[in-house]
Amino acid sequence: MRAAVIVFPGSNCDRDMAVALRAAGADVQMVWHKDASLPDGIDLVAVPGGFSFGDYLRCGAIAAQSPISQAVVGHAARGGYVLGVCNGFQVLTETGLLPGALMRNAGLKFICKTTDLKVETSASAFTEGYNAGDMVGFPMAHHDGNYTVDPETLATLRGEDRIAFTYSDNPNGSIADIAGVLSDNRRVLGMMPHPERAVDDGHGGTDGQALFRGLVGQFATA
Amino acid sequence: MKAHVHVMLKNGVLDPQGEAVRHALGSLGFDGVEGVRQGKVIELDLADGTPETTIEQMCQKLLANTVIESYRVEVL
Repeated sequence: MRAAVIVFPGSNCDRDMAVALRAAGADVQMVWHKDASLPDGIDLVAVPGGFSFGDYLRCGAIAAQSPISQAVVGHAARGGYVLGVCNGFQVLTETGLLPGALMRNAGLKFICKTTDLKVETSASAFTEGYNAGDMVGFPMAHHDGNYTVDPETLATLRGEDRIAFTYSDNPNGSIADIAGVLSDNRRVLGMMPHPERAVDDGHGGTDGQALFRGLVGQFATA
Repeated sequence: MKAHVHVMLKNGVLDPQGEAVRHALGSLGFDGVEGVRQGKVIELDLADGTPETTIEQMCQKLLANTVIESYRVEVL
């Protein structure tokens, strides 16, 4: 599997993402945001965490206008896989690839801790390595992870089984405890907690390995 | 020409920052502040004759996230 990790000015989880993908067997290239196209043959685009463009205007808003972002939207439109974590999730909502928006945490504090998540669906390449109902521990580190979406879209997300992960203790005020959502074709996942920070014993947990192995496995069998 | 774009969270969207400001005003002894909503003002310095429809597009595409925010354009 060939993966591209997008690098914006202010990205700071790009290398962690690349390490996690490589550990799962992916061939990873880093792609600078000024590039207007992705390298040929990319199967997965990972939009990493960080503070792209200093979170100016709104988190992810400026990055969503970078030249590479249109290429990522095109990749998704062709049925390509896209994973956005933390700031990457914010970028994906700003591009319109995923519904909703991420607002300031309800308690106003930046929250940095390992959080317990419930896997809500195993029906996606990202989550098929888990069983629905499994509990996983992923680190979270954000100030603006309070997911919001209008009631009609929430009903759609629920009806189409597109809520991938929920918080067990909802630390940031997200509607319906949502920590991660899938696109309608189930090939774009955005989530605030960091699976790439839970893939090595040195991280203190390896619950994220199944996510990356599942993704890479899609292409091993193809 | 200049234009001000006022961006606010939509009505009904909880504004935790505004709520924190309201609490702080209360603790300073300002009674009767029943609500605070916090937004932002973006000042645009534009070429003369820029049509309002262009400013509208700027708001739609970048300056406001219309999922959660409303905006109002004021040409000065």
